[in-house]
Amino acid sequence: MKHLAWLVMGALGVSPAAAQELKIGFLAPMTGIFAQIGKDMENGFQMYLDEQKGNLAGAKVTFIVEDEEGKPPVGVRKAEKLARQDNVQLLVGGLLASTGYAIAPVSNRLKTVYVLSIAAADDLTQRDLKEYPYIVRTSWTSSQPHHPLGKWACDNKYRRVVTVAADYAFGHEVVGGFQKAFEDCGGRVVQKVWPPLGTKDFGPYIPTIKKDADAIFTVMVGPMALQFPKQVQEAGVKTPLIGGGTSYDEFVLPSMGDEVLGHVSALQYSAALDTPRNREFVRKYREKYGKVPSYYSESNYTTAQMIHEVMKQTKGKWPGPEKFIAMITQLKLDTPRGPVRFDDMRNPIQNIYIKKVEKKKMHGYEKDELWNTVIHTYPNVSQFWTYKKEEFLKQPVYSRDFPPCKFCN
Amino acid sequence: MRTTWILLAVLAIVAAAAPFAGPFVILLLAHVLVLGIMAMSVDLLLGYTGLPSLGQAAYLGVGAYFTAILATKFGFGLGWDFLLVIVMGMAAGAATAAFFGLFAIRASGVYFLMITLALGMCVWGLAYRWNSLTGGDNGINMRGRPVLSGIRLADDLTFFYVVLGFFLASFFALRLLVSSPFGKSLVGIRERELRMRILGYNTWLHKYIAFVIAGAFGGLAGVLWAHLNGIVSPVDVLLPASVDALLMVVLGGPGTLVGGLIGASVVVFLRDYLATLVPWWQYVLGAVYVLTILYLPAGIMGLFKGGRT
Amino acid sequence: MFNGVSYGALLFLLASGLTLIFGVMRIVNLSHGAYFLLGGYVAITVIRATGSWVLALPIAALVIAALGLLVERIFLRPLGFDPLRQVLLTVGFAFLFQQAALDIWGGDNLIINPPSALSASIAVGGLHLPIYRIFMIGLAVAIGLSLWFAMERTRIGAMVRATVDDAEMARGVGIDTSKVSMMIFALGAFLAALGGVIGGAFLGIYPGLDFEVLPIAFAVVIIGGMGSLAGAAVGSLLVGLADNFGKALFPELAYFSLYAPMVLILAMKPTGLLGRE
Repeated sequence: MKHLAWLVMGALGVSPAAAQELKIGFLAPMTGIFAQIGKDMENGFQMYLDEQKGNLAGAKVTFIVEDEEGKPPVGVRKAEKLARQDNVQLLVGGLLASTGYAIAPVSNRLKTVYVLSIAAADDLTQRDLKEYPYIVRTSWTSSQPHHPLGKWACDNKYRRVVTVAADYAFGHEVVGGFQKAFEDCGGRVVQKVWPPLGTKDFGPYIPTIKKDADAIFTVMVGPMALQFPKQVQEAGVKTPLIGGGTSYDEFVLPSMGDEVLGHVSALQYSAALDTPRNREFVRKYREKYGKVPSYYSESNYTTAQMIHEVMKQTKGKWPGPEKFIAMITQLKLDTPRGPVRFDDMRNPIQNIYIKKVEKKKMHGYEKDELWNTVIHTYPNVSQFWTYKKEEFLKQPVYSRDFPPCKFCN
Repeated sequence: MRTTWILLAVLAIVAAAAPFAGPFVILLLAHVLVLGIMAMSVDLLLGYTGLPSLGQAAYLGVGAYFTAILATKFGFGLGWDFLLVIVMGMAAGAATAAFFGLFAIRASGVYFLMITLALGMCVWGLAYRWNSLTGGDNGINMRGRPVLSGIRLADDLTFFYVVLGFFLASFFALRLLVSSPFGKSLVGIRERELRMRILGYNTWLHKYIAFVIAGAFGGLAGVLWAHLNGIVSPVDVLLPASVDALLMVVLGGPGTLVGGLIGASVVVFLRDYLATLVPWWQYVLGAVYVLTILYLPAGIMGLFKGGRT
Repeated sequence: MFNGVSYGALLFLLASGLTLIFGVMRIVNLSHGAYFLLGGYVAITVIRATGSWVLALPIAALVIAALGLLVERIFLRPLGFDPLRQVLLTVGFAFLFQQAALDIWGGDNLIINPPSALSASIAVGGLHLPIYRIFMIGLAVAIGLSLWFAMERTRIGAMVRATVDDAEMARGVGIDTSKVSMMIFALGAFLAALGGVIGGAFLGIYPGLDFEVLPIAFAVVIIGGMGSLAGAAVGSLLVGLADNFGKALFPELAYFSLYAPMVLILAMKPTGLLGRE
């Protein structure tokens, strides 16, 4: 009986009521040093899917998560597996910049959309964008929040700043963004210190920091972020600390102590953002997963939301890679991090929040905890800040030596 | 001899079936073959000469970075000059081994393990820090595989056959080496170095040459590795990579050459296939390490040879 | 300079266990880093349950010592002396431990916070010296001295030394070398775990830490001389200071500056500076 029905429908040219499938391949580190970040990334995305009961505007979602171990070659292999064996329409994720760079060519080779939901390497949506027509980024560029932070530092009368940043590409780009904007409004970076990524003993570095600086700008990731403020305090250094986005974000904040009270940083998200939408997001996430969401989770949640918006427009039918890219970059959305839209280089334009660590009660919770209170918002910040895109792209990508340290002696 | 025929038969079947296999499977097979070359080079050192090296990934790394730098900075190696890059990659691996060997060969046993570990870490340190050359932790992104007069290596099946070719060439070259008088003297050194010396053999030189040859094949594996993955990063040179290579040999059966390929198959299967199916694959990996050591002293090949080591 | 010394102190805790295990049993223990990490994790569990850091120290160390004992007894013993197999076996266990730790404790970066008494700094002539670092140095010295004393002055120590020098002779004289081996392995794990708890305040506790500290521990042991406690002390100090100065003076060569000297020393004196063969 059922077969007859199909036959008839087929004969009439009617396709069965759209049991459309959308296969999404998710790449994140599930083992190794970054395992927890990978889990947070996955949880963010999964939470959105669960809210939609696994159905995005009529398309049934198959969500396949693969472990890229924080290693680019593994990322490539898993991406190939997802695209070739599982025939996913979308690849999402990738934590490290190196992984992002490794998977981008795969998206080319296999003509599969790759959504970078975290990897922040500047050039992927700047000087290298034209090589990769199938990628779109829904998170941030390393320098994006730090241009406004540089301006903020000028406005708050900081004149001489020392930077202490993890010595790898991400650290270089964050410092570059800060330095450019800071020096363009009259500030001076007077010293750059580069502890290797993974340093935990800053003993050799702290004494070399110039004593007459107004502030220390730090770019710390993971365990480094936990150790540096402590050790600075122990060494009796009283200079205020300003941080890059990862120095105080919610991934590390719960393990920090009173030594970080008052520290300022910048990012496109703070869990303490006091909007109804974010409040709901934070409370739901915390109830489900037992911790306050970090930007790793928020970014993936929002990415899922964006995919959903596109699918709404196509009524659940996968529009093909080129059309998908075109459609997702046309979106203007309200997300937990605030309003987001895209520039013409497939990178988000969003609010950047200057935040300060405070101990208080937020979102209706009873305990006093550390939160990144938003003290200033710069709206509509693109990866180019106030610079004209063409001028910006003419300068080299931010690196260890660019911008040069004119005021270091 | 019989094992060689069996190996050829198996590979022939694989080669014939390849066009019908899924693209991901082809990729995995290519991986197994490239790592097989690497494992055979480790077997030369371990299985035949008795030198356990914890730093062979260094030579793969040298070959891989060499290829990547030539391709991206000089646009070299993307046509027929790819074959030239293969030769140069082997030379680079050999040269590095020649340099390192000067430090390492005086040692043996545990100390050899340690010094090769240290040398491997030196290469890693350089790859990681020498940003301008190696791209630092970002690594180097390859822009595409070579095209040899219309033969596009970007096509995975084609590349698979190319890799298979190189594997067979390596296998036969190494086979020839180990059955030669030189090869036999290596085994003699493994068994009774003192006696060999008394008999007048320059054991240091023998070991050194074996080390250099292993480095050359490691470099070859590196060239193929770079094109296989499309990216080279310091991760390729880390300690676990070298340890994996040792495991492949020990698991497959040291001193058999073929064992390296078998071991590579198992490890690749675990890491790249099982990992996609279950989250607890690392337990399996650890267990494989442990159980192999305890119960399979001659590796898997030992099961076939009836315990002859 | 003070920092170099305190870092050296931590390294000593880590390396002393490794060098003993190697010296006595000729075992290349690549799971040593895992014992370090697991020590930290167990301590965290103890602190969460009891709130006491002081209690966490011995409990974590003893638990891991027991674990080490089990591994040695059941798995390493049958192998006999075979460095390659030991390496692979201990690596296998390191993988198992790492995955288990991830499953049990999750992957967040955790910190072991020492009691506030130790968290302050004292000002000495213009320098701020964290008390915790002084504590680390003190503890390392205390442990170093007690180990030395035990080795040189007690009967058990004599048995250990005899086993190191010549296991067959030792057995001939009636020393139960397998018991000695077991004890030493347990002690090594104990020290590593202790290091993990102490270091946990400093380095944090997170998956991957085990494989990060491992090469450094080996560097210390190799430079100082395998099997020699004094070597471990000297090695830790040297590496601690070199690391400090190297980072301050030559940041580009940071990792290289650790391994290159290791290679040179091994090339010239394979047994390390103070090792015996």
